[in-house]
Order: sequence, then structure tokens, then C-alpha cells
Amino acid sequence: MNTVNEDNMNGRIPGEMPLIPYDLTGREELAEKLLRNMLLTRKFEESLQYYFSLGMIHGTMHLCIGEEAAYSGTCAALTKDDDMFATHRGHGAAISKGIDIKGMMAEIFGKATGVCKGRGGSMHIADKDVGVLGANGIVGPALALACGAAFAHKTRGENCVALAFFGDGATNEGIFHESMNLASIWNLPVLFICTNNTYGMSTHISRVMKDTDITHRAIPYAMKSFRVNGNDAIAVYETVKKAREIALAGPEPVLVVEDTYRISGHSKSDGNLYRSKEEINAWKRRDPIRYLQEVMLARGTFTQEDLDRIDRETTEAIDEAVRFAIDSPYPKLEDVYEDVYAE
Amino acid sequence: MSTQNEITYAQAIREAMCEEMDRDKNVFLMGEDITVYRGAFGVTQEMYKQYPDRVIDTPISEAAFIGCGIGAAVEGMRPVMEIMFSDFMSVCWDMILNQAPKMHFMFGGKVSVPIVIRTPSGGGTGAAAQHSQSLEAMLCHIPGLKVIVPSTPYDAKGLLKAAIRDNNPVMFLEQKLLYRTKGMVPERDYVLPIGVADIKKIGTDCTIVTYGRMVRTCLKAAETLAAEGISCEVIDLRTLLPMDKPAIIESVKKTKHLLIVHEAVKTGGLGGEIAASIAESEAFYYLDAPIRRLAAEDPPVPFSAVLEKGVLPDEDKIAAQVRELVQ
Repeated sequence: MNTVNEDNMNGRIPGEMPLIPYDLTGREELAEKLLRNMLLTRKFEESLQYYFSLGMIHGTMHLCIGEEAAYSGTCAALTKDDDMFATHRGHGAAISKGIDIKGMMAEIFGKATGVCKGRGGSMHIADKDVGVLGANGIVGPALALACGAAFAHKTRGENCVALAFFGDGATNEGIFHESMNLASIWNLPVLFICTNNTYGMSTHISRVMKDTDITHRAIPYAMKSFRVNGNDAIAVYETVKKAREIALAGPEPVLVVEDTYRISGHSKSDGNLYRSKEEINAWKRRDPIRYLQEVMLARGTFTQEDLDRIDRETTEAIDEAVRFAIDSPYPKLEDVYEDVYAE
Repeated sequence: MSTQNEITYAQAIREAMCEEMDRDKNVFLMGEDITVYRGAFGVTQEMYKQYPDRVIDTPISEAAFIGCGIGAAVEGMRPVMEIMFSDFMSVCWDMILNQAPKMHFMFGGKVSVPIVIRTPSGGGTGAAAQHSQSLEAMLCHIPGLKVIVPSTPYDAKGLLKAAIRDNNPVMFLEQKLLYRTKGMVPERDYVLPIGVADIKKIGTDCTIVTYGRMVRTCLKAAETLAAEGISCEVIDLRTLLPMDKPAIIESVKKTKHLLIVHEAVKTGGLGGEIAASIAESEAFYYLDAPIRRLAAEDPPVPFSAVLEKGVLPDEDKIAAQVRELVQ
């Protein structure tokens, strides 16, 4: 299931994405969900940028603008009971897994009504009730944590998987090797999802790997792997759905590499000194949201009015989340010792 | 009265694990060489025969298997992990520092991490600088962890059972040189409270605050001193985080003298924390002499037996400190 041309990914200036004539008949709900989650993610993050610029948001944040299809497509293939461990760039993953947007917005505004009561912020968004087991400030541990959740599911005979998102940069961490090996020898139903945006902060993948095809890193663990165009939400969904079936049937772990691109900077400190405008613009022409919209219109399954409605509804949802966040109270300092320890 | 048996520290730990595994099917053991090898220090013995799917050998991948335990704990299991030597916490430090203890707080109280990490700690074995350290102070600097260092078979069993039932990550630092020491342990099910110190010997002239292997050493020194007419009160902290500071304060108010003894190096050690707590408390006004700390010398633990013995606290050094203190 390799839907990406090699030259698109290994060169720094990719071509445009050919429009794949997907038949969405009977899958309108899926397509709408994929689009909706991507739009929510994009608009959520654009709101964050705006309120950050006004000084109303504290700290830093890692935006996934341009990568939305990877998160939307991946999480659409999961069930609510599947566990998902995200990276520091975790907004899209949490939204697509079904987290409450108002609570997540309030969290990033540092409010008491936030999903983590204002203790976690952007880098630690979590809600166990919907299987969001945390964005993570450290590169790599999600792979091992997902092994443990999968171990629990397998031990209890539950029909679900655990999923770890990580970037291309994380595959150079020791924990990547340890976790891939552990999942492999113990036949754990883990989905290792590499959102390959070709940069570890500013460092291009070609500077830190001889062989930049990350699927090759599954070979020593006798693990199945897939590579997919991470800017095509439908292709991502289909790939992860298939990977999930394999993981459960084994049970066994599967590696999926989703090739994508971070149009936004790494974090608020990013001056984009490591890449050209030409490169960024080339990737803007591969915008996953516009691409899916075009796919949805192409065969007449959806009308422009349908897309306008989805666009409007997602804008309203984000506006409501912002209002909720702004209107919510800040946490009280006297409560800061709460939840250091569990009862 | 329930039956009591004289068993070793290692047996007591094993009994605690077996009883908790019988009690709760979510409890399992994971670590390196804990099945057919029977554990590097022989703690797990033949448990793998009794619980074939629940005593699990891991690859030499501390970060991955501790992370795996954390993930399983988040999903409601109760893993009891073994790190072969506490020095090896270094290779899974992210899991101990950033993952397990932070999740409950960072995620707003919705996730708990009921994991126990057992690991042998301390020197005196001739294993030199990478297999002999006492690193508890590093752990006590991490909010969200609980840190237990048992000194007797009775405490080891009762505290390990409490740790396994606790809903927080607990670091359980076993004392290598105590594994074969014996003590009376009841057969019945019992748990000891985490965070409560135990006065191992009541006395009037000097408080000795200590924990782990040094408790026995301090008790021996106290016997010697008793023959000289100096009455020592020996407080075994048992839990280092959270620490039972009120117990220390009360004792110091009574004896007016404080010696803190630990096997970890002095600089940055818990002795400093304990001394500062007393200095900040009303007990400070009761002191008749400056607080003293007796700890390991600051170099890395040396190999040569002469050097190793020389840097670690022992009975004679403890007795000498107390004599100077109460003079």
C-alpha cells in the first residue's frame, strides 16, 4: 500500500498530489468525519496562534498544520476503547480521537475547566475516557507506554489495540528499538505510527539517517510495515484500518509510516531558517484539507454546499470552545497539591 | 495470635508478591532473569512455576520494559517490576522521572499509575561504582513517586504489599546486604502504612535517624553505647517519600541530639533534607548540640575492600559520632 512516489518524499520540493478517484459511495460519513476532524484541528490551532499572539496563551505549543490528515485518518480507524499515546505535537491526534474540544481549548488557556485542570497544557493533553493517554513532552516513550497498554489488552483478552504516534526523529532514539523489539517478541497488538514530516525540529531526515525509508526499520523485528501518503486522509485511514486488523488478528505489532509535512514551525521559537519558502509553498499545494475537499467533490458525492456547511459548523465549534475557555475560571493556587498523588 | 515464621528479607519480599498475586489477578512481575535464573539476587526463585504467565523475563531493555509496565498500569494492571541493580535506573530514567510520576498530576487526576519498581540498592558487595550506589535522594526529588526502603523482613513484606495496593508509582529499594538477614514475619495478611516511620529502639539521649541497611548497623552501635550509659533512640524512616517528619521532630524534642545516618553519599543526600527539616521546626530550640550527618564519603563507591569499607558508615563510626555529640 505504497501510495507515495519516492521522489515526492526524498526530494525536498515535492510535486502536487494526483487526485485519486476514491469512490466514497456508502462512505460519506467517514469522509465527512475525516474532513471535520482536519478542519477542527486546523481551526483549533489557528485560534491558538491568534490568542497566543495576543498574549492570552502562556507557554509554547507545537502545531501540526499540514499534518492533519495523518491524525484524522489514523484515529478514524480506531475504536473508542483503543488507547492512543501522542507526541508533543498532539492537538490533531487528541481531536481526532474524540477529545472534548472545549475542555482541550480551556486546558491550553490554562483554565480549571481544562481536560487536565490546567496542569498539563498543550504538551500533555489527555483524557483517558476517550483513549487519549497523553501528548508527551519527551521524544520516544510513547512507544513503550503503548506496548504496556497493549500488554494489558492482550492479557485481558480485549479486542483492542494501543497506538503510539511518533515522528521520524524518534526513530533514532534507543526507546524506538527497545519498544519495537519488545512488541515484536511478545506479539503485542501495537500500532507504531510514524508521522514522518522529514524534520526533527530543524534537522532534515537525510542528515541523520543513511536509509531514510523508515519502513526498513521494521525488518530486523520481523514486523509488517506500511508506507502511506500522510496527506491523503483516506489512504491513511485505509492503511491504518488494515494495520489494525493485522495487529488484532496476530496479535502482532505493525509499523505504519505516514509521509507528511509540518507547514507550521516546530514551536513558537521557530524562525524557519532551515528550509526554503519554496519548499513550504510546495507543501501548501499538497494541503491535506483542500485535497480531501477536492476528492469529496470530484465524484459528486458531496456538493459545495455540504462542504460549506461542514466548514461553518467547525468554525462555530471552535468559536464556542474559545468562548468557553475565555469565560472559564483559572485554577486556584491552593489546589495545586491536588492530584500529585492518587488516593 | 497468628503464626510467625523466621524468614529472610528475600523470602519476605517473595511472600508479599505471591500473596498479592493470589489476591489480585492484575498483579504480575516483569524483569530481567527473574524466571529460570531465579532473579539476580534470588528473590523470585520458583515463582515462575507457580505463576507461569505472570512472571515474565524481559530483554535487556530497561526503558522499554519499565515503560511497558507504566502503560499496563495506566490500563489498570498492577505491575511489579524488577530493575536488577538500582544503578540501572539510569537507562530508564525518563520513565522514572518524566512518565510514571507525572501522569496523574499532568492529566488532571484521571490517570493513575499503580506500578511498583523493586530494585536492589547499596554497597558492601565489592561490585564497585556502577553496582553499589544508594540513589534514593534522586528519587525523593521527584514529586509523584513514593520511595520505600525496608530494613527488616517484617517491614519488607508489609510495605511491599502496601506498595502493590497503592495507586501511585512506588520505588521499592531493597538492600542487597539484607537479602539473607532473618526476622519474624507473621503468616497472616498484613500491610504496613506507607509514610510512617518506626522507632526501632526507644531511647532518651540521642536520636539516630536512619533507614535501610544502616538501621541494623545503628542498632548495633546503640547496643555498644547503651553499655556506656548512652541511650539512643533509633528511628527507621522506612518510607523516604513521603517522609514522616513529625516522628523525627518529636524524638529530637525528647533527646535534644540528632545524628542522621545513611549509606548514600553525604553531598546532596537525604541527611541534608532531614537536618533542614529539624532546623525549620520547633525541635531546633531543643537541640543541645549541632545536628550531625554520617554518610558515605563523597567519592564513587570504590572497588578494593579496604577502600569500600573505609568510605561506608559502620558501627564504630556511628558510635564515635554519638559519643562526640552527647559529650
